[in-house]
Amino acid sequence: MYFKRHTYFVELTSWIHEGLGSSFSPWLASLIEFVMIGGVFVGFFTVLALVLVYAERKVSAFFQQRLGPMRVGPWGLLQTIADALKLLLKEPLMTSTSDKFLFNAAPFVIMIASFMMMAAIPFANGLHALDFDIGIVYVTAVSSIGVIGILLAGWASNNKYSLIGAIRSGAQILSYELSVGLSLLTIVILAGSLQFSEIINSQADGWWIFKGHIPAIIAFIVFLIAATAETNRAPFDLAEAESELTAGFHTEYSGMKFSFFFLAEFANMFIVSAIGATVFLGGWMPLHIGDWAGFNGIMDIIPPILWFFGKTGFIIFVMMWFRWTFPRLRIDQLLTLEWKYLLPINLFNIILMTWIALTGWHF
Amino acid sequence: MDCIDGLAFLVGGIMGQVAEYFSDIFKGVRTLIRGMKVTGYYVTHPRKEIITQQYPENRDSLQMFERFRGEVIMPHDENNEHRCTGCTVCELACPNGSIEIVWDRQINEEGKKKKVLDKFVYHLQMCTMCNLCILSCPTDAIKMGQNFEHAVFDRSQLTKVLNKPGSKLMKGVED
Repeated sequence: MYFKRHTYFVELTSWIHEGLGSSFSPWLASLIEFVMIGGVFVGFFTVLALVLVYAERKVSAFFQQRLGPMRVGPWGLLQTIADALKLLLKEPLMTSTSDKFLFNAAPFVIMIASFMMMAAIPFANGLHALDFDIGIVYVTAVSSIGVIGILLAGWASNNKYSLIGAIRSGAQILSYELSVGLSLLTIVILAGSLQFSEIINSQADGWWIFKGHIPAIIAFIVFLIAATAETNRAPFDLAEAESELTAGFHTEYSGMKFSFFFLAEFANMFIVSAIGATVFLGGWMPLHIGDWAGFNGIMDIIPPILWFFGKTGFIIFVMMWFRWTFPRLRIDQLLTLEWKYLLPINLFNIILMTWIALTGWHF
Repeated sequence: MDCIDGLAFLVGGIMGQVAEYFSDIFKGVRTLIRGMKVTGYYVTHPRKEIITQQYPENRDSLQMFERFRGEVIMPHDENNEHRCTGCTVCELACPNGSIEIVWDRQINEEGKKKKVLDKFVYHLQMCTMCNLCILSCPTDAIKMGQNFEHAVFDRSQLTKVLNKPGSKLMKGVED
């Protein structure tokens, strides 16, 4: 029902596809579609970064009993645009001892990893660039390309702070990727598919966090912790710990190259939140409670894209809440948390979930 | 028997470690939730909790707090009288020479020669707002003012004479 009601994105994409197919040869039509999708994602990244940076600054201000940016525009709404213009006009500096090729390549590696992940995210019914049948495996695989960018940036800068930050980040992402993957697998056991659209369709009658009850909630909490660590955000921001490493792996970067790292950090935060929302909270599926037809009907009116961004925004807010509440961990505490706590809990949780899935104790 | 005791000891130790492992998780989660409650209260009660001021905009309504130290001032009453006897205790108490008392000898109505205050010179540019002059003053003649907008274009404007021209000592302060 919900699929049939909100089909405008399906119609739009098929209209574009048929329109291009009728006037161009198939490979040229595909090429134009690729360029269009790329353009849409570039635009979306820009808007996303502007909105998220503003949100982060405002939310952090409210957590710390401040007002945040208030001067540029009403309530400081144009502050991030002013900042972006400043970054665009800034001179890109480089130290003479840095490895020039790798130094310039690192920001692009990180951005490419973010773009590749973003492609697999289902925004709404039909608004989905890449629907692989191994979607979750693909996302966890390309997410680790980002760490290569961080390591390159740290190594090529020829700066001890950058290198320490990069090595810490490597150890961290290597460890926490396990937890992210395993907590997503817990839901894959229930959904029976790695494809994002299949996982969403399996949640039409209820989100997995409700249907999978205890093990799903444990997996969701583990996912939240590990995703925060994967995006190098506080309390796991050892890679750029300001008080210890000036700015960590991007100490030597300035201007547009720095803003690439900045952009990728916020884009990654959005991506992991979107994946969490898709797998645990039903993606663009509305909230349905059992047989309450009236309630479900009202929920169906809200378009899928709002559901998706609402859920993603909720997870982003929780991650910001973590950031502005918890103190930063030491590197040994970080690795202890992963290898002694999250990983065993996660493995046990998978066994529990398999047992529940086999005995049919989920809803 | 020894063997069984040893085994029981070993099992007990392992059980203790397991209990410690889970209680660590429990305690950790509990303290994290406690912290999140505090910040969550701040974010949900912005009107009550935000303490930042929008300074130049609210200049007319800005109320500095009671104990704020802006500058040293000498209050005068409606008869243009102050409470300073010119005893120079504040000048001696000042750690960096911000206060200079210029005093004079005058003959009072009883025909006695008396030390009176001529000029209370206050160098704002040297003052660290340490409050020692106010604490040391035996007659409460000076206190800390709330004004903090001290920017001027010439340094000489920072040297101020605190007693107003023509002012004199309030009656009964010296008794």
